[in-house]
Amino acid sequence: MFRHSQIKIGHLYLALFLLYLLLPLGVMGGASLNDSRFPTVYPWMGLTDKWFIALWNDSRMWGALRNSVVVAIGVVLLAVPTGTAAAFVISSMSGTARTILYGALIAPVLAPGAVIGISTLLFWAKLSVPPGLHLSVLGQVSYIASLVMLLVLARLRSLDASLEEAAIDLGASHAQVLRYIVFPHLAPALTASAAVAFFQSMENFNITLFTRGTSSSDTLTVYVFSMVRGGVTPSINALALIIVSVTLLVTTTFALLRQSSKRP
Amino acid sequence: MLIILPNIALIESSFRPYLPLNEIDGPRDSYTLANYQRFLSTPVGFDIFGMSIDVPIHLRIFITTVLYSIFVTAIILIIGYPAAYYMTKTISPSNMAIFFIVLTVPMWVSEILRSFAWFTILSFKGPLNALLIEIGVINSEVRWIRGYYGIIIGLVYTYMLFMVFPLYSSMQSLDKNQIEAAQDLGASWWRTHWRVIVPHCKPGIVSGCVMVFMLSAGSLLVPSLLGSPNSLWFTQTIQQLMLEALDWNTGAAYSLLFLSLCTFVVVAMMWAFKVKLSDITN
Repeated sequence: MFRHSQIKIGHLYLALFLLYLLLPLGVMGGASLNDSRFPTVYPWMGLTDKWFIALWNDSRMWGALRNSVVVAIGVVLLAVPTGTAAAFVISSMSGTARTILYGALIAPVLAPGAVIGISTLLFWAKLSVPPGLHLSVLGQVSYIASLVMLLVLARLRSLDASLEEAAIDLGASHAQVLRYIVFPHLAPALTASAAVAFFQSMENFNITLFTRGTSSSDTLTVYVFSMVRGGVTPSINALALIIVSVTLLVTTTFALLRQSSKRP
Repeated sequence: MLIILPNIALIESSFRPYLPLNEIDGPRDSYTLANYQRFLSTPVGFDIFGMSIDVPIHLRIFITTVLYSIFVTAIILIIGYPAAYYMTKTISPSNMAIFFIVLTVPMWVSEILRSFAWFTILSFKGPLNALLIEIGVINSEVRWIRGYYGIIIGLVYTYMLFMVFPLYSSMQSLDKNQIEAAQDLGASWWRTHWRVIVPHCKPGIVSGCVMVFMLSAGSLLVPSLLGSPNSLWFTQTIQQLMLEALDWNTGAAYSLLFLSLCTFVVVAMMWAFKVKLSDITN
């Protein structure tokens, strides 16, 4: 077994590592509660909620939030079916064709977001489609669908092929096999990929920046970005604190749900 | 089985493939084509692209971006490797679930907030300066967001977990007995890692490095927030061309250049370490 001292070092290192990961987020969030003109926590000037009120009254933020949600829903609606379909196709193929198609399909995941954004913009500009949020959706779908494909593919691998055969032997049509065997099996992967697609879309910046068009259609990340660049106030920290809390809540619930579903 | 599977595949592919190909490959494929056309047919794009070699300012940015991305990847590997190692070895499975939730929080919080967190900390009137003055380490505020320091700090923080997770998942499959056997046979700490653990985790290490390198080189947020005008990232150059100068031809040519760099890195890494593409994306 491991020596005791080694375990101690391990725990110490991990504690420092966690601190390193979490402290910046804490500082960022804490700065929103500080009654200071600058976003900082150290010279503590007392608790305040004025930055939250300022944020609440910022109509541009609300527009950006609405845009983000609309784009994210669009991405989920497009990316999940597309990615699932791609996963079906990939899993039904074999050999060189599979390798090539697989490479082509996951390339968008590895390609830099800025390049995807530009390519989307150029492609649709050729077809004289003006830039805007609809292009942001399309651009984001191109790589989020690949993520969905990877998730579904992993789940598809664990599907017992003999189940399908049994169903077909018992006289089920292909549609029935899909409906009663394949999709129930994929359900967890589909839910997870919808969640991933939604969050990936919400936080996407690179693609959105290039494809969004006019400045009136900014999403939440683009809004934060422009605020930070041009005179930052702690109300951005307030927004950050809210997002961090929501994230924490969602990941915890998700993890708890998964744990409880594991233990029947 | 040989009949049914292709049948299902046929049903599937009969009505589906045009959709993914249209959606997924459409923008990218035509992107390459459109670029080449612009690149070759319009002299504007070609001239300015040629200029990037004559006037090496953009080439210099390109090279510094690559070098700093490699640097960032190395730092992340050095910090992330022990973290992943200790995660597998010293945390009990029951605690692991909680640990994982805490660990994934920074990853789910978007990239912009992660870099904004450091923007807050490093800013001129920020907590770090105030704290250091109070302790007496420095006398007056230091401008941290200057040169490439801010970018490196930000990138290391932002993409740390993209290294730790692949490392962790590859280390998990390593049999503890192998490490113990190596130690029992008298291998030093260093030798155990180098000869037993690293070879086993090679796919994890390679995929982590590729991910981090691509993300850092392709990052636009971190350099824009934590960089300064004298520390341009190549993506910023592209962004300026596209959105400020509205020179789409050059922007396209540059992004093509950038994309080929990325492809080259992935292929080179895969070839050098004999790792398959499916390992990287897992």
